[in-house]
Amino acid sequence: MKILTGNDLKTGDVIWWTGAGWSRHVDDAADVGDAGNEILATEEAARRVNVPYIIEATREEDGAVRPAHIKDRVRALGPTVRPDLTLKPKDPSALDWVI
Amino acid sequence: MVDSLGTSPDEVQFRFRDDEVADHGTVTVDACCDQTNATAVRIEPGDDARVLLPFVDRLALIEVNFPSFADGRGYSAARILREAGYTGELRAVGDVLIDQLSHMRRCGFDAFAPDTPLDEEDARRAFATWENVYQHAQDTSSGRRRTIVELRHE
Amino acid sequence: MYKYDTYDQAMVDARVAEFRDQARRRLEGKLTEDQFKPLRLMNGLYLQLHAYMLRVAIPYGTLNSAQMNALGDIADKYDRGYGHFTTRQNIQYNWIKLEDAADILEDLSKVEMHAIQTSGNCIRNISSDHFAGASHDELIDPRPYAELLRQWSSFHPEFTYLPRKFKICVIAAEKDRAAMRLHDIGIQIVEQNGEIGARFFVGGGMGRTPMVAPMIRDFVPLDQLITYAEACLRVYNRYGRRDNKYKARIKILVHELGKEEYTRQVEEEFAHLLDQGIEPPLAEIARITEYFADPAFEDGAKTVDRSDPDFALWVDRNTHRHKHDSYVSAVVSLKPVGGIPGDASGEQIRLMARLSKQYSFDELRIMHTQNVVLPHVKIEDLHALWTALDAADLGAPNMDTIEDMIACPGLDYCALANARSIPLAQRISERFDASGKTEKLGELKLKISGCINACGHHHAGHIGILGVDKKGKENYQLSLGGSEAEDVSLAKITGPGFDEDGVIEAVETVTDVYLAQKQGEERFLDTYRRIGMAPFKEALYG
Repeated sequence: MKILTGNDLKTGDVIWWTGAGWSRHVDDAADVGDAGNEILATEEAARRVNVPYIIEATREEDGAVRPAHIKDRVRALGPTVRPDLTLKPKDPSALDWVI
Repeated sequence: MVDSLGTSPDEVQFRFRDDEVADHGTVTVDACCDQTNATAVRIEPGDDARVLLPFVDRLALIEVNFPSFADGRGYSAARILREAGYTGELRAVGDVLIDQLSHMRRCGFDAFAPDTPLDEEDARRAFATWENVYQHAQDTSSGRRRTIVELRHE
Repeated sequence: MYKYDTYDQAMVDARVAEFRDQARRRLEGKLTEDQFKPLRLMNGLYLQLHAYMLRVAIPYGTLNSAQMNALGDIADKYDRGYGHFTTRQNIQYNWIKLEDAADILEDLSKVEMHAIQTSGNCIRNISSDHFAGASHDELIDPRPYAELLRQWSSFHPEFTYLPRKFKICVIAAEKDRAAMRLHDIGIQIVEQNGEIGARFFVGGGMGRTPMVAPMIRDFVPLDQLITYAEACLRVYNRYGRRDNKYKARIKILVHELGKEEYTRQVEEEFAHLLDQGIEPPLAEIARITEYFADPAFEDGAKTVDRSDPDFALWVDRNTHRHKHDSYVSAVVSLKPVGGIPGDASGEQIRLMARLSKQYSFDELRIMHTQNVVLPHVKIEDLHALWTALDAADLGAPNMDTIEDMIACPGLDYCALANARSIPLAQRISERFDASGKTEKLGELKLKISGCINACGHHHAGHIGILGVDKKGKENYQLSLGGSEAEDVSLAKITGPGFDEDGVIEAVETVTDVYLAQKQGEERFLDTYRRIGMAPFKEALYG
């Protein structure tokens, strides 16, 4: 599926388009189908997202969203070398998920 | 034979000269070398400004085009022309934005014709950006102001 | 070290106000990201993988305890408790908010610091030897010239929109401890016939197409230094390529024109510029030089008590001979075994500040190898210093060993990266420490880059590792035989790449080849240069 991601303009936080707004959690990401560019343009112009782009992702069985490229998985979680600074500091399998 | 090249006086949004705004047909650098009566020329980023040095005395207007604000070749062209003694209007045209105005002024531009008109108040502040300057450029070597280093050792 | 006068202070204060206004215009939508990006880059503010990243300038790697303290406070107040010291002697913060950026710049301005021109297509931080002004083997302290160049290059109106970034380095010794030959302009202060002048090397760099800078001018009198630099820059601004981002550095221009033609153009421009009178008067370099006078050194012990073997090892590895025989320069390692190279917590940064005040005349240096230096430590204070460092996990006795590796932030932090570099560094460090091999290998400069931009300087590694993307997976190329010192050379790739486990094994393999083939006191680099690539290739690929 295709999902949208970018950064929050003010804070720089990595954010994902949910269909209704922007979330910091990749599992909230919605499949935008072919409407990605249109949504991007609107959201960027309204400054609700900075430097947005479309990526490929898959929906896992448990509903989790997995970006296709490792770079976006690092963005989704946080630096693999500082688990304490990631969105899932207590999850030991989070690192495997990124790689 | 007037080119459609060049900006008109109406498009000059900011100007730091007392004389009349130059309203001559602007020619390319190549044409300028061939035409002995051209008084206005337009430099593109890839042109060598020094090609114009034999003609600086008869030129009233040199436009320097910035197709993209990120292409900084025009700044060198401006300084080279002023260093060679050009005293006519030196006009920055094209993708001229607020945050380039002060650097352009320092390099010797005295007229500005941005593609998109700029906010007057933002521009006024932009031209006043540098209370003092570290290094020499056209404004200091012309004596219009002194560098910080000169001020330190007066 | 240099202290701002009212002009310098007014300049940074004005820049803070200007950036505050630019950020406001961005947040209000008056500037698009395309318009704001070059402006924020000129204040060192990047948008990276996790947040905005701010790169703070540490001019020629020199700072005092008040400044170091401020850096520690910024880490805690605005970031997530740590900073990263970089391969250009700067510091980076990874978790910055745009809405805080102007406040951070304001805090920095209060201690005479800034983030000016640490990014963008302009002249960047002037780098220098981290032992400048302290080392026994220098002609003079190069830093006054670095400061002169810093001011000249700050907001230079002609050179703010160059084809690409521009990096200048100044040293004043035959030994090159600053990778001077791998800079866009490298300057070596030299003496000729009793006169001091600048030797210019132009067109070096790493990145996609590494090149060693050729010498362009053997001797520029010091009262023409700025004019000559201006000529070099003007030729680049006019003729550097702008059609292709990956061919836009000056090294490509020098390479494509040829050294002779580039030199000819520079000399022509230089002759013209000499008539324009743009050189600062000698009184200015004299004024700046006064700030770099030696501190009040005192005679004292010239040797240490070596009875503690851990201390003795640290002294042997981590101290550098000083021009005064009662002092040394001490290297504070930011490479604890298994740690993240170059990272330091707010707490550690403030500790280093305190220690510099107590033991090093209130001065610190940042090394391009991502460590910190206390330049003037009394030999009789070394044990107390080491004890304090050791307690704070800053006492690793591993300078210039394989554990003292350079690693860029890589895919864990950087939007440009193809692969993670830090985990590699951690695993190699742990493995070689555990097996005791670090000790046996002696001087071995391992450098890891997470992408072809080479911020980890892998081209200049005795062993270099480059992270690449191979069909969506992280892969690593191994190279051997690079050097960033005065015996400068570019590393050569061994052959096909490896996955993460594979490249760690490969490092074991090549170091085993070295140990088996080593003659006398040869370093890894020397053995490689003597026996060539073949034995290593054979061992790696069979």
